[in-house]
Amino acid sequence: MKVVVILVLLVGCCSLSHAQSFKSTRSETTFFSSAPLEDIKATNTKATSLFNGETGAIAFFVPIKAFQFSKSLMQQHYNERFMESNKYPQATFEGKLTGYDLDVSGVQEALAVGKMTIHGVSRDVKIKGQFTHGSGRVKMESKFPIKVADYDIDIPKVVFYNIAEEVEVTVLFIYEEF
Amino acid sequence: MKHFLLGALCFIGIVFSVSGQDDLLKQLEKEAEPIEDKTAGTFKGTRLINGHSVEVREKGTLDFLISHRFGRINSGAYSLFGLDESNIRFGLEYAFIDRFTLGVGRNSFMKVYDGFFKYKILQQSGQQKVPISLVWFSGAAANTLKRPELLMNFERRLGFTHQALISRKFNESLSLQLAPSYIHRNLVSSSMEENGLYALGLGGRYKITPGTSLNLEYFYRFGDQTKNTFNALAIGFDIETGGHVFQLHLTNAQSMTETGFIPATTGDFFGGDIHFGFNISRTFQLKEKEEGW
Repeated sequence: MKVVVILVLLVGCCSLSHAQSFKSTRSETTFFSSAPLEDIKATNTKATSLFNGETGAIAFFVPIKAFQFSKSLMQQHYNERFMESNKYPQATFEGKLTGYDLDVSGVQEALAVGKMTIHGVSRDVKIKGQFTHGSGRVKMESKFPIKVADYDIDIPKVVFYNIAEEVEVTVLFIYEEF
Repeated sequence: MKHFLLGALCFIGIVFSVSGQDDLLKQLEKEAEPIEDKTAGTFKGTRLINGHSVEVREKGTLDFLISHRFGRINSGAYSLFGLDESNIRFGLEYAFIDRFTLGVGRNSFMKVYDGFFKYKILQQSGQQKVPISLVWFSGAAANTLKRPELLMNFERRLGFTHQALISRKFNESLSLQLAPSYIHRNLVSSSMEENGLYALGLGGRYKITPGTSLNLEYFYRFGDQTKNTFNALAIGFDIETGGHVFQLHLTNAQSMTETGFIPATTGDFFGGDIHFGFNISRTFQLKEKEEGW
């Protein structure tokens, strides 16, 4: 009997501790740059994220080489010249999400505060987004601008320059409890 | 005692769960799937300078190439150091699959039409530990210059090239290439000359900035050569912008097809017979890559 009680409690403790951990199952990260010569868009579906619903701790991991461009030469150019993705293979975000309530279902406005690292440069950022919760799943969506110069990414000024100084990043992550 | 035990167990459970939530980023990093790591950008262009490089375009890409070789710099101020005289080659190259490219071109020098294919046999890659890239190149060229003094038929106008392009990108800046080549010309300029010729191409590039590189290329010919021809040598400078590659160079070769510049370069580089030239390529993505989930 004693053993059973202990086991039940133990299992209870464990399941409680994992009840509000979320892991991304699908994601889409895109960036869009509008410039006089040509618009550039790239999509990445390989980014991953973990989110602790209890503490609000959240982290994103974006492999840079997984951004897919419609033009393959552009992709090579972006990896080699802008992002130096051999040297800096990923972009990350680590921080805290506030303004959400897991007991409420539907769309909520949330704020992520933390450290964004791109191209080896870390900056403190605040990013607003939409948080949707329902039936064990969480959806997070956000659109925010990134100043290329903030992350020491050089825009070649000779010949042609075809990337805007500010690119628009859109993220969409779907999480499931685990 | 019982309560203490239960309390302790719960506490342990909480401690574990808290430590499990620590450092989500480290956890993501650990779980991250490896991304396919083929060595990209061994060279900037599909040409090293005169000859081909191991670069092939990805599936669905059409390259339009415009190449020029001006006259000899040592021809003096009267012809503006060779700029008055210009040869041009237009080329179109399409990548049917990532490994296979078909190309056609027309060179005004000797009025040569050429066609070729490139097939990538090996792709250098960090993950699969392939140390080199290997590309097979085969081409045919037809020289259509009118030569009334000779009895010409179509067969006599043809020349063929086969090359194994072997390269390695040693680091971000340095890439080297070897190109064992075989050329067969159906018609050679004298009975002293062999129709078949073996040659070895040597070349490389060194990146100066992320978008520019310095290139060098030399074709060594095996066997006895006629006196008035030289091995093709070229020094080049590449500028790449994401959709274009500009290649500027100085070379003793005037022809822009392998059957021309490998066996029949008539300029003596060190005697000042140098041609200024450039290759410009514009890339069009005809088939968009698939996107999204």
